[in-house]
Amino acid sequence: MHEAAAHGAEAAMTLTGVETGYLILIPLLPLIGFAINGLGWLFARERWSRPVVNTIAVATVAGSFVLSVKAFFDLAGLEQGAYLVQNVFTWIDISPKLEGMSGLIAPFKLVFDRLTAVMCLVVTGVGGLIHLYSTGYMAHDKAFARFFAYLNLFTFAMLTLVMGGNIILLFVGWEGVGLCSYLLIGFWYEDPEKASAGKKAFVVNRIGDFGFLVGIFGILWLTHTLDFHEMQEWFHLNAADLAKYSFVGIPIATFIALSLFVGATGKSAQIPLYVWLPDAMAGPTPVSALIHAATMVTAGVYMIGRLNFIFINAPTAMMVVAGIGVATALFSATIGLTQNDIKKVLAYSTVSQLGFMFIAMGVGAFAAGIFHLVTHAFFKALLFLGAGSVIHGMSGEQDMRKMGGLKDKMPKTFWTMTMAWIAICGIAPFAGFVSKDEILWKAFSAGGGFGKLVYVVGLAAAVLTATYMTRLMYLTFFTPSRIDHEVERHVHESPWNMTVPLMALATLSVFGGFLNWPAALGGGAHFERWLAPIWVSTSGHAAHHGIAAVEYGLMGLSVGVALAAILLTRNLYLNHMAKTGEIAERAGWFYQASLNKYWVDEIYSAMVVEPIKTISWFFLFRVVDVNIVDGIANGIGNLTKRLAEAGKRLQTGVAQTYALYMALGLLAVLAYFFSFR
Amino acid sequence: MNALTDPIINVGLGHFLALSAAMFCIGMAGFLTRRNVLVIFMSIELMLNSANLALAAFAWQRWDLTGQTFAFLVMVVAACEAAAGLAIILTLYRNRKTVKVDEFNLMKW
Repeated sequence: MHEAAAHGAEAAMTLTGVETGYLILIPLLPLIGFAINGLGWLFARERWSRPVVNTIAVATVAGSFVLSVKAFFDLAGLEQGAYLVQNVFTWIDISPKLEGMSGLIAPFKLVFDRLTAVMCLVVTGVGGLIHLYSTGYMAHDKAFARFFAYLNLFTFAMLTLVMGGNIILLFVGWEGVGLCSYLLIGFWYEDPEKASAGKKAFVVNRIGDFGFLVGIFGILWLTHTLDFHEMQEWFHLNAADLAKYSFVGIPIATFIALSLFVGATGKSAQIPLYVWLPDAMAGPTPVSALIHAATMVTAGVYMIGRLNFIFINAPTAMMVVAGIGVATALFSATIGLTQNDIKKVLAYSTVSQLGFMFIAMGVGAFAAGIFHLVTHAFFKALLFLGAGSVIHGMSGEQDMRKMGGLKDKMPKTFWTMTMAWIAICGIAPFAGFVSKDEILWKAFSAGGGFGKLVYVVGLAAAVLTATYMTRLMYLTFFTPSRIDHEVERHVHESPWNMTVPLMALATLSVFGGFLNWPAALGGGAHFERWLAPIWVSTSGHAAHHGIAAVEYGLMGLSVGVALAAILLTRNLYLNHMAKTGEIAERAGWFYQASLNKYWVDEIYSAMVVEPIKTISWFFLFRVVDVNIVDGIANGIGNLTKRLAEAGKRLQTGVAQTYALYMALGLLAVLAYFFSFR
Repeated sequence: MNALTDPIINVGLGHFLALSAAMFCIGMAGFLTRRNVLVIFMSIELMLNSANLALAAFAWQRWDLTGQTFAFLVMVVAACEAAAGLAIILTLYRNRKTVKVDEFNLMKW
């Protein structure tokens, strides 16, 4: 730990910001796109020109991508640890009014360091491709202007999240992407099921956000700053004194880290708050690809990476992160095995892959986690877009039992999805192999029985991943067609604006791994070295270099079991399709549990939702609202009415009565004067 | 002070005020009890004049003309009021064929 702190010191000392003027344009361009398309939708609805909407939506994100690339090269030209910065304006400024009070200053400050560079390139690059794809996918939808307005707004919020220089700005982006997620899941809000899926996502995320806010307050209380660099400086200077601070008996760093992680479980769909993500598939498929696979759901991973200097001081919290990660990875992979909706399989796969990222974060292999985030963005976005292409070609059918034999009908979709399939299964040298294997290796070599346990469970999850992805591919593309005849006549390959993004992402899925080709295989691990200045303790953790022979062995093992899983599944679905039912029968309760998602939604419903509903109805509504709230409101009204009924009799309409009142008043005044004076 | 020690005029402020109060009470009693508008009107005049008497008495006692001046103002206002009031009573009578005040109760709840 001391060694790590010393190295952190060097990193903290060399942090120098270089002022730039163009950073604000990166998030601003999509915001302008949102404004134009949003106003177009407000005032013109579907009469707003479709080519204009498409051009603005894609061009603004492409512009952001170009600027991100420029910023990336500007950043690469600086020394290690330097970053680009732009202070746009002072947003919150609560200056201390009294001696001893601490102020709170949150400027709208954009920071572009090496981690942000990676995130920005993924968000604008993959995001841009998905925008292009959407122009084809939404070609028949009337509310296209609204769709692209939301999509651009999402890009703006996500870029704010990754570029924000302080945690409040990060939180603004965090909530912004949550809002856009809600709007886009419920995009087809005429369907109550889809609208309620959006609501579910919003509510579940709100639970996580509560933890996140508590974490932010904890940080503010502890360090008196919101700025990431100042925070890092504080932790660097006070690392030795951290033990002095605690909250309800928990060491403060652990408390803050766990609170922040609660936020991450909400946004990044980990146990116990993952339940919203599979339902989020109600949104249009490009939304699933962009928000619920490639970018937004990785915000939790990014946040832990950004605040690594806190997590590294909280070993217990790190173990929790890794434990939750690996549990989620295995748990959701078993659900993915039996789902019949093509998007549901991919949704549970996403939850599972996010689990892998949290394993990496939890064992301190931050670079491996971020790298898996990047490769996952490539191949999972590709899988979703491919699935969208299939759904588009099949006139909206999502049930894999009604697919099959699409290999020849949709060759481009098939071949690109195959690349993603091999990548996610972890076959060398595709992108998924490099990133997933790196995580498993880091977990294995992290030391202790815990690391080994995480490795074994993670490997099991990887095997299941290969199995359910092979099942998906064979059910969709290889097995004999089970498509309705009516639908089959319309099956067609998607237009160019949908297949081009597929091909681009396929290329990235195949070759993306070479960005971080491991040293053990003669590579340079460029990605890991690029990010090294971001982590306070890379040297401390990289110290445990394992034995090379073990690393080779584990690589071979994971590729071997993945291949075995693929071949077994292939054989089952290609030659013994009839046996699948028999196997399901044999698995008994386990099959039922997996098919019904372990009844988690039902359990949550019975344990949380229904009690709240019951309390709301029988106590809050029947007692508090009807009796107390309504009672007070009606009571005041009734009282006034009764008083008025009594009082109005004074008004007789005869002038002499009023004169009598005046005389009585005069007498009262006189009586007062004579008795009290 | 002067009035009380003056040997010739053995009438003081207290007498004036007592008379004024008595006039006011008679006027008020008439106002509250009589039903004929004209009598009520006269009762009002009585009350006004009781106030005038009090004003004049104070002015005499303090050797200060302000009170007397004020009494003239009251007279002027009373004259105006008498003109306007009589006109109203005349109109009321034309419309309702009565001058009984308890029959004018249209402004009732």
